[in-house]
Amino acid sequence: MSAAPAATGRARPSPGTRRRRLQGLGDLPAALVFILPATVGFVAFLLWPTLRGIWLSLTDSTAFQPGGFVGLANYERMVADPVFWNAFRVTIWYVVLNIGVQTVLAVLVAVLMHRLTRSMIVRGIILTPYLVSNVVAAMLFLMLLDYQLGFVNEVVEGLGWDRVMFFGDQSLVIPTIAMVNVWRHLGYTALLVFAGLQTIPANLYEAGRVDGASELRMFREITMPLLRPYLGLVLIVTMIGSFQVFDTVSVTTQGGPANASNVVQYYIYEVAFSRGYDFGYASAMSVALMVVLATISIVQFRATRANQNDMA
Amino acid sequence: MRKTAHLAVAGSLVLALGACSGGDGAAGDEASGEITYWLWDSNQLPAYQACAEDFAETGDVSVKIEQFAWDDYWTKLTASFVGGSGPDVFVDHLSKYGEFAAQGQVVALDEMIQADAFDTGVYADGLLEPWQYVDGSTYGLPKDWDTTAFFYNTEMLADAGLTAEDLWTADWNPQDGGTFEDVVARLTVDTNGVRGDEEGFDASSVAVYGMGINPNFEETGQMQWANFTGSLDWDYLDSNPWGTQYRFDDPQLQEAIDWFYGLADKGYAPSAGVFSDETPTQLGSGKVAMGTNGSWATGSFMELDGVDVGIAPGPVGPTGERASIFNGVADSISASSSKQAAAWEWVKYLGSSECQDVVAEHAVVFPAIPGSAENALAAFDEKGWDVSAFFSYEEEGRTFLAPITLHSGEVNAIASVALEDIYLGNTDASSLTAANDSINALLED
Repeated sequence: MSAAPAATGRARPSPGTRRRRLQGLGDLPAALVFILPATVGFVAFLLWPTLRGIWLSLTDSTAFQPGGFVGLANYERMVADPVFWNAFRVTIWYVVLNIGVQTVLAVLVAVLMHRLTRSMIVRGIILTPYLVSNVVAAMLFLMLLDYQLGFVNEVVEGLGWDRVMFFGDQSLVIPTIAMVNVWRHLGYTALLVFAGLQTIPANLYEAGRVDGASELRMFREITMPLLRPYLGLVLIVTMIGSFQVFDTVSVTTQGGPANASNVVQYYIYEVAFSRGYDFGYASAMSVALMVVLATISIVQFRATRANQNDMA
Repeated sequence: MRKTAHLAVAGSLVLALGACSGGDGAAGDEASGEITYWLWDSNQLPAYQACAEDFAETGDVSVKIEQFAWDDYWTKLTASFVGGSGPDVFVDHLSKYGEFAAQGQVVALDEMIQADAFDTGVYADGLLEPWQYVDGSTYGLPKDWDTTAFFYNTEMLADAGLTAEDLWTADWNPQDGGTFEDVVARLTVDTNGVRGDEEGFDASSVAVYGMGINPNFEETGQMQWANFTGSLDWDYLDSNPWGTQYRFDDPQLQEAIDWFYGLADKGYAPSAGVFSDETPTQLGSGKVAMGTNGSWATGSFMELDGVDVGIAPGPVGPTGERASIFNGVADSISASSSKQAAAWEWVKYLGSSECQDVVAEHAVVFPAIPGSAENALAAFDEKGWDVSAFFSYEEEGRTFLAPITLHSGEVNAIASVALEDIYLGNTDASSLTAANDSINALLED
């Protein structure tokens, strides 16, 4: 803070002036101190890489050499790249399956937890798959679902059905990967929904019961409307995560068979690190993905009115 | 050389070897200190570990060897180059080094070769030349070579009433597959015990496939169809290495590719997705009678539990010769290495008969120096493994290079998807013409 204005004719401001000036700033100094660590993280790990990524997308940089400015050439290449559009379609199909199934199941599990059990153990067990890392979960299912040696296929055959190529069939591979990730994320998503459920006052259900409403009716008329803002937020968060699916694909199929599971993130990674070390083009696709995700988030936020609560 | 990547597990093994002099300072000119050396084949690790121990005794340089499975190797290598933490010396592959040379990530060895008057004439013919980049500089010193052949289950062959002789004398053509296809059909058995060449064979319910197919889709075809296409009057490129026109649009090649993947429709080979592992695992499962692989995989086959394996060369094709890719791996020095002198000493040692004889004793690969290769052959014989099939192409057939071009990563990405699409039955081999156009457009740049 600067010294007192010379006009006061005094070397040091009186304690009174000093207090007033601090009051003028309100909580700002304290706030800055608290915000600082988060800001450093934000700038170093988010803002700067994002800006750098946008810059790279306008250059022909490779993994090893900084490139020159090429304008929108990378974006033009992207628009004309059939593999990119295929990756985009594949990713959307994955998100629809993953988020669709996951959200429905999560609400179901959360409502069951909310209405039927108070047991911490049950809640804990439901969360356990989330404690397994993505890579481990992917490897686990890769072995379980193997066409030749997988336990699941042994069971399938034991039941008299034909073995299923979970990861080897072009039409099954994305549903399979989507369900593997539903398995892993269901508990966590359910817990988020559950937290929303706990904010709904119990007396609403009592009133409902007094009026003779069925469980189903109460779910429709009480639970869902009051859960909406939480559900909106959960959808935004899980959908962003879902669009960025990478590790499961990398471990199980590497985008195969024949691009059937080549999702956008995996394609970006391949372009940057194994196809041509083409950081410029990979960055352009990353920026495109960011724009798509931002748009979806804003639309969703508004559509679900996630910032407004009907209880207020 | 394409080395088996057992499952997707990244087997990372770090071995600190004979950490003698501690190695401080000495960056740059003086050949001392500790350098890191990367390789991908776990089978070769003991051999090179032995080399490194001997090497540590000859001077002030010690070597730390790190091994990563093939699938992770190139990713790790790229990432380490970007991050500036790469190995000083690493095992390099013909299909990869061009890209690294273009990006200035590997060191041209010519000056060092000249300064030390190192004799590069000791290597078997055709091993050094492919390591000369378009600019004429040499980027790797050959260490070993390989060819591919067919590994078969001897018991199944006998059960089918066939002998090794039938395989060694088999001929092939892309129209009806020749006597080679007859053998494959005979080896195939459906779940009712009916053989592939018998009346009433049920292609939809096969118990043993006559021929396995590796799930490795590559522009080289090394792990799949190269033994067949090599016996056609066809080559990958207008000129190899460093050609700019691929020839996947050749009808002859396309006919052969259709024949190859068509074996699955006939029930003689597994359909796409049935096996996610390479042929050693396929033979080991007892559901496959025969499969292609490289000489480097010999140990994996011979050590299979309960399966006795023999090796036969590729069939004689329309050109009247049997054929195989003849591939050599080499050691390259990273441009980012701060211990160039020490790295060169190690590369030189790896390329010398001192080290290659040690490697030969381990009977895992065929060293690049002919004398050492003889020793390896003796070591294989001693184990009772008849590997003469791998030498047969040199003696009475044709060996050829896998395609070496710029942009090999992109080429591989385009070709692998196009090939897998054919295997999956989404399209036939005429679609390779479109893929060929994309590849050639890429190479024109």
